Amino acid sequence: MSFDEAYEALTDHDDDARWAYGTGFADPLAGVDTAVPAGVDRGDLAAYCLMLGDDALIMSHRLQQWVTRAPELEDELAIANIALDLLGQARLLLTRAAEVEDAGRDEDALAYLRDAADFRNVRLVEREDADFAHLVARLLVFATWRLALLDALTAAGDPVLAAIGAKGVKEVTYHRDYAARWVVRLGDGTELSHARMQAAADAVLPLAGELFRTHPTEARLVAAGTAVDPATLRAEFDGVWAQVIAAANLRSPSGVPDDDGPGGRDGVHTPALAGILAELQGLARSVPGGVW
Amino acid sequence: MTAAAVAARVTDPELPMLTLADLGILRAVDESGDGVVVTITPTYSGCPAMRTIEDDLTGALRDAGYPRVEVRTVLSPAWTTDWITPAGRDKLAAAGISPPGPAPRRAAGPVPLTLGPSRRAIACPQCGHAETEEITAFSATACRALRRCTACGEPFEHVKEI
Repeated sequence: MSFDEAYEALTDHDDDARWAYGTGFADPLAGVDTAVPAGVDRGDLAAYCLMLGDDALIMSHRLQQWVTRAPELEDELAIANIALDLLGQARLLLTRAAEVEDAGRDEDALAYLRDAADFRNVRLVEREDADFAHLVARLLVFATWRLALLDALTAAGDPVLAAIGAKGVKEVTYHRDYAARWVVRLGDGTELSHARMQAAADAVLPLAGELFRTHPTEARLVAAGTAVDPATLRAEFDGVWAQVIAAANLRSPSGVPDDDGPGGRDGVHTPALAGILAELQGLARSVPGGVW
Repeated sequence: MTAAAVAARVTDPELPMLTLADLGILRAVDESGDGVVVTITPTYSGCPAMRTIEDDLTGALRDAGYPRVEVRTVLSPAWTTDWITPAGRDKLAAAGISPPGPAPRRAAGPVPLTLGPSRRAIACPQCGHAETEEITAFSATACRALRRCTACGEPFEHVKEI
């Protein structure tokens, strides 16, 4: 064996053993009929898939950062599993975005080679959590909103989005229950846990305004019967939030503020996203197409 | 052996006591000429075993004389634990893993929030005691919860209903 082959022997070296890119199997939508519905603008549909995919990708990354830092082993497992579900949803959505835009990029190129201004996630998912109470408050807001969104997406005119929605509903139902139970446990716990849970709710809820603002891309796709208007999700969100806050003996902050400035859907992000992308993309960018 | 019979005998990498057919993720096996198209469905969106399952299917079929194998994914209808076969449920129980009950039926309207522990009647797979408690809804894999028997105190895994 020559020295050049020494590293080769360390891996089961098949054609996509590109672990810098991390995905393993080639196409999570292999065999799925990926035609674009009639009357739907390809650019809009690709942008919409990016929005929902980037939400899941960045939230997943923030959750992964909690692994090894959670209070108990069971919560390590829960957070890792929730992050994995969201990563799976991100893969499906980014693959769909890549197919629809048809510009020679794949899910890896979209995840690893875009700059912050090209990401379309809501800013809520970028936030670094000050403590575990912030994490569960943020996850409750995110999962409650995303569950309502995915559920409505099952009726979307794009069969691929409808299928991703139906699958995701089963998963995010568990995510929301997990977050809600922790909010109740901490809010209805000791004086200290109550105070920290209240502070977390006060800090996180005001960030939710962006979740319910209809982006022009969404408005056009709603007219074509292919997307969910996030403004329609607010009543369900408010109901679930109120139910959890009451069970947790917390007082709700003044409610979700209206938000109509440019936001993450327009590529306007918080400074935190650059840090996330540096960690997420660093290896893939430093060794483009690297094979181990 | 037919390609369908070969594919049906491949086991799941995370639950090796189950075949893909037992687990209900093998959706179709189509032979045409010397090629085989196998259609599978993921249990969870992020299931990391999909690639291994694809490799195992391809390898088993190649060994059985089917050199051209294509593995396709189908997302809809989404997998449900109701598709685990009766034989699969027996094998789970024999391995000390409690099989899932019926998947939740959705009423019209929003998905209901569950704030308390799950109220399902799940018996202990070790001692058979009827009362067990949930330790965590997320266990070694996304598809399994961890529970504990209130009589014998043993923890056990439960395939959670989706």
